[in-house]
Amino acid sequence: MAMTITEKILAAHAGRPEARPGQFLMARVDLMLGNDVTAPIAIEQFRRIGAAELADAGRLALVCDHATPNKDLEAAEQCRLMREFAREHGVERFYEGGRAGIEHALLPEEGMVAPGECIIGADSHTCTYGALGAFATGVGSTDLAAAMATGECWLRVPESVKVVYRGERRPWVGGKDLILYTIGRIGVSGALYQALEFCGEAVEALPMADRFTMCNMAIEAGAKNGIINPDEVTAGYVASVTGRRYEAQRSDPGAEYARTIEVDCSQIELQVATPHLPENARPVREVAGVRIDQVVIGSCTNGRIEDLRVAAEILRGRRVDPRVRALVIPATPRVQRQAIEEGLASVFLEAGAVLTMPTCGPCLGMHVGVLARGERAVATTNRNFVGRMGHPESEVYLAGPAVAAASAVLGRIGGPEELP
Amino acid sequence: MSVLQGRVHRYGDNVNTDVIIPARYLTSSEVDVLAAHCMEDLDPEFVGRVQAGDIVVGGENFGCGSSREHAPLAIKGAGVSCVIAASFARIFFRNAINVGLPVLVCPAAAAEARGGDELRVDLARGRIENLTRGSEHQAEPFPEFLREIIAAGGLIPYTRKRLSAG
Repeated sequence: MAMTITEKILAAHAGRPEARPGQFLMARVDLMLGNDVTAPIAIEQFRRIGAAELADAGRLALVCDHATPNKDLEAAEQCRLMREFAREHGVERFYEGGRAGIEHALLPEEGMVAPGECIIGADSHTCTYGALGAFATGVGSTDLAAAMATGECWLRVPESVKVVYRGERRPWVGGKDLILYTIGRIGVSGALYQALEFCGEAVEALPMADRFTMCNMAIEAGAKNGIINPDEVTAGYVASVTGRRYEAQRSDPGAEYARTIEVDCSQIELQVATPHLPENARPVREVAGVRIDQVVIGSCTNGRIEDLRVAAEILRGRRVDPRVRALVIPATPRVQRQAIEEGLASVFLEAGAVLTMPTCGPCLGMHVGVLARGERAVATTNRNFVGRMGHPESEVYLAGPAVAAASAVLGRIGGPEELP
Repeated sequence: MSVLQGRVHRYGDNVNTDVIIPARYLTSSEVDVLAAHCMEDLDPEFVGRVQAGDIVVGGENFGCGSSREHAPLAIKGAGVSCVIAASFARIFFRNAINVGLPVLVCPAAAAEARGGDELRVDLARGRIENLTRGSEHQAEPFPEFLREIIAAGGLIPYTRKRLSAG
């Protein structure tokens, strides 16, 4: 029977000929992930299970990226716990210090993700890896602990929703605008428990960075996973980071979808999602003029080199408005090095921005760039919930790197075409 | 204890895990620390008001956002006996089952309940009685697979059993 890419990957990992929406199965996991917020609980739960060893130390990645570089004593203790566990159990994929970056940018870059694989992570944005044609979903710490002990994870096969993107994108419009627009249309629970399969000529025309951005935010529509059928762009990316063999899957013609959504990209303007839900997406012109105190360009959503190039193109030869603190956060050490080598770092510093180390910090108001009461930020991050970046009375407006960089210069929300 | 009784704390749609337990407290995994800040950015009076056995009721997509298991741990640690919602975000739902916080999907009970209502919940049967309003509702039954995990006492004992069965 015809199956979607999500169903095919889950069937293959459960050793079944087919998988149907609603079925529960135990899936073999190719890669599992924890970070300095979620891994400490997973380690504690793993010990409670009483397994002597990890099912496979080579399939576990532990990344210190949230409250790092360790922001205080408690954060340092969380990382110490992970470090000691990694040493005790021979986990080679333990990342901290100058090896660590934001997990969802780091793991693909390190060649740990390939098409057709099944990945779970104790982090909701694990769905990012669907951009490479993998099934990837966020779980909790206890799920991670069970997978560490057994190598498997229980999953309910999701229904799939097909989102078809057609037409040519307007200038500056990228993957972030496409996904914000889509969440605006279907809502933050619009794909609850479902797989969001992004396809169509406009997605095929997208580079990997924009595809990562789109799948990254599938969770913001409630989806279990976001996924893109692998093509030459995927194969090219994977070949550039790993020589490992993999078995790619693609949706069959005739596979069943719960529904199909058509999107005409030529009609999509640069988007901004206003507080306090990602579904509050609207064209930037509708909120142009809103005063801001901070701009954050980075995160697992938009901290890749391509995002920094867009920001640098806008900031080159311009100055950040003196009322604005602009933070540029390369997602990984490799992105940071590239930013320096390509001269982007100088552009940011000359514009008066702050160039920081890789960290998730400000996205979740954990550290670096925390907002005070009443402050407002434009951020290329993924959530604008109440208090997400700091004080419960602060506000986050979500946007892509072009709008964020332009807003930093303007001192208010606005798009690049408004710049002199 | 399969029959619970408690007072309702009522919230709306899309209650996210950032407001259930803000990230500034995530450098701790201690249940008491988490419980002391439960719902802080949504309802700062919750912690002072909640009593053992109380029931949290939400609308659609309860627990959306971050995968932090600290969220169900904070709610459970605060003394809440179960959460009833019109629908749950999937990671929160898994986490709640895995850590043994009872969760029930029941749009009718969620829509009717108001803060302060007294509810009696028969977990085994999925029956929700609103004693204040004199009504009764049936929650969605759990799939067989999840009932096994719940019956085992959560994912940790379930996994322990699977491993020892070889």
